[in-house]
Amino acid sequence: MIFTIAILKEVKVMNNTDKKPAGFLMDRLTNTFSFFKSMTPKSEKDGMNNDVKVLHPFSVILNKEISDHVRSWRFVLLVLIIALTCFASLFTALSNIGKAVKPGDPEGAFFFLKLFTLTDGTLPPFMVFISFLGPLLGISLGFDAVNSEQNNRTLSRILAQPIYRDYVLNAKFLAALIVISVMFFALVFLVMGIGLIAIGIPPTVEEFFRILCFIILSILYVAFWLNLSVLFSVRFRQPATSALSGIAVWLFFTIFYGMIVNLAIKPYTPSAMSTDRYIYVFESFRLGLLRVMPNQLFTEATTTLLMPAVRSLGPLTMEQVYGTIPGPLPLSQSLLMVWPQVTGLIAATVLCFALSYVSFMRREIRSR
Amino acid sequence: MAENIIELIDLTKKYGSFTAVDQLNLTIRKGEIFGLLGPNGAGKSTTILMMLGLTEPTSGMASVCGIDPTTKPIEVKRIVGYLPEDVGFYSNRSGYENLMFTAMLNGLSRWEAVTKIDQLLELVGLTEVAGKKTGKYSRGMLQRLGLADVLIKNPEVIILDEPTLGIDPTGVKEFIELIVTLSRAEGLTVIFSSHDLHHVQQVCDRVGLFVNGRLLAEGDIPTLSRKLFTKSQFVIEVGISKEVADSQHDSEESDSSGWLMDLLKEIEGIIDVEVKNGIFQIACSRDATSEIAKAMVEAGEKLIYLNKKEYGLDDIYYRYFEGGESHE
Repeated sequence: MIFTIAILKEVKVMNNTDKKPAGFLMDRLTNTFSFFKSMTPKSEKDGMNNDVKVLHPFSVILNKEISDHVRSWRFVLLVLIIALTCFASLFTALSNIGKAVKPGDPEGAFFFLKLFTLTDGTLPPFMVFISFLGPLLGISLGFDAVNSEQNNRTLSRILAQPIYRDYVLNAKFLAALIVISVMFFALVFLVMGIGLIAIGIPPTVEEFFRILCFIILSILYVAFWLNLSVLFSVRFRQPATSALSGIAVWLFFTIFYGMIVNLAIKPYTPSAMSTDRYIYVFESFRLGLLRVMPNQLFTEATTTLLMPAVRSLGPLTMEQVYGTIPGPLPLSQSLLMVWPQVTGLIAATVLCFALSYVSFMRREIRSR
Repeated sequence: MAENIIELIDLTKKYGSFTAVDQLNLTIRKGEIFGLLGPNGAGKSTTILMMLGLTEPTSGMASVCGIDPTTKPIEVKRIVGYLPEDVGFYSNRSGYENLMFTAMLNGLSRWEAVTKIDQLLELVGLTEVAGKKTGKYSRGMLQRLGLADVLIKNPEVIILDEPTLGIDPTGVKEFIELIVTLSRAEGLTVIFSSHDLHHVQQVCDRVGLFVNGRLLAEGDIPTLSRKLFTKSQFVIEVGISKEVADSQHDSEESDSSGWLMDLLKEIEGIIDVEVKNGIFQIACSRDATSEIAKAMVEAGEKLIYLNKKEYGLDDIYYRYFEGGESHE
């Protein structure tokens, strides 16, 4: 990492000579890096204890944001809702797991993963719950990030302190992300632990890593919604407006978008007479449209990760399927398959962040 | 004293076609208390934002302690304390925690901050309520906490935007006194914007009058009044007993000022005499109060009211805003 910083500094020097905006950006970058550098144990050597140590302003804001989240009723309620639904789905999975194992099942080796995917139809499985409640979590942690500061008139006071303006935005995002990560890791490991006690079969190494990937993916998914709502919180002055916009986008994608896509392409639905090629193109096109939705990306990615038997996410022709032996994919192949989905999610997240960053940095901060 | 701590040169800020601040030139010296005066929307806050680098000027430049706030806002913010108009604190945190947050943002260690905060809370008189959440503070308490918040970074300049807004009169008095004491004791430069003229008059060494984004006049109050009321610097108000006046003069005459002008014409520097609500207003170029009184008593008038009127900021202010157009 030190190496990266060195390079960045080089670039900075080069940029300063010809163009100002690029140099400015590099300044920002090196600044963020210097924060990470200051987090390394160097400071412990200098200071005797915590009280004498001077914290980097960024970590001061970060600490404050995290403690704000953890202390808030909103977060407590969300954790309760999510924990309850998770344990409910764990319960249904556990009560049906005996019937789930059939001889000759290709997924027989992945018994433990069934804890997250199994259902008897009364309650959705764990992974569906996450895809449903994740957006809610993200939106509710971010929708008043910036505008509440402005409405409480604290923003201009904070920005009058010697800190870079983006520290505020970055800290808000990072704090929510850290809180979400801790929560997800705790929750999933708890579910694993209870499952372990209940069924008595430990997960294999591959299963463990699959679950780890699933957690990271879920965090990424929530991060997208978090960024979207932070973007709305920068754009809209009223927290209610920004919360409703976030929920509107979420509802649009979960309920209406799929309906609209199906309605729009209905006239082109292949009939029994259509050629294989036509059916293939049609199906690919339909999936392509659906993959605009972040929840579609998430569902596809989690399904592949938690059900090793899933071998393809797109349409397959008879020739492709012919002669294949049903069997689970190794983790590396599953990961390779969901890579486009993961990239898409990251891209959407970065896009939202960039938009809110630009509009926040150029904003004039009035006290009211 | 002569050191200029803030210099604004041709500073202009435009929002679309609207010019908020128009070619502003202003210098503020180290250690003085400067008042920015003007009606709402005159560009006071915008000027302050530009001094802090919170908004970019459209053209012109600012310099605070020799640093350009547009390109180096962090350095400026390190030495300038800013108390925004209608300051807010995190209402779910105590006053102490809020100050600790600011202290640590300014690079103080927790240990340094603890002593500093105790000191400042004592100074602004909030020691007893330091543990209370700021959501339960009154407006005046918030404002005093704001002052502590500004002082925590040991600033060289403090900028207060409408600091007296919404505080009761006694609170305002205490607050203003606090600021003055601080400024004198530590050599702080204080800039504050206000439309509360009396407080500005009490406190400021110099004032700047803003109208429509322009600085109409600047200077200390005697200078300003001399500039404005060039002809008649002094106005002496005289009242005489009605019955006596009626017996001595004709009824038409007693309401006009001609006889008094005749009476006073020997005194040097009398310019004009006007009657307003039965009170004679004598404009003169020098302080002729005693001569006027003597002349009137000798003439047998029964003098019941005598007042030397001095031009305060009120008059200056109203004179400017009345004549806002004619001055352009």
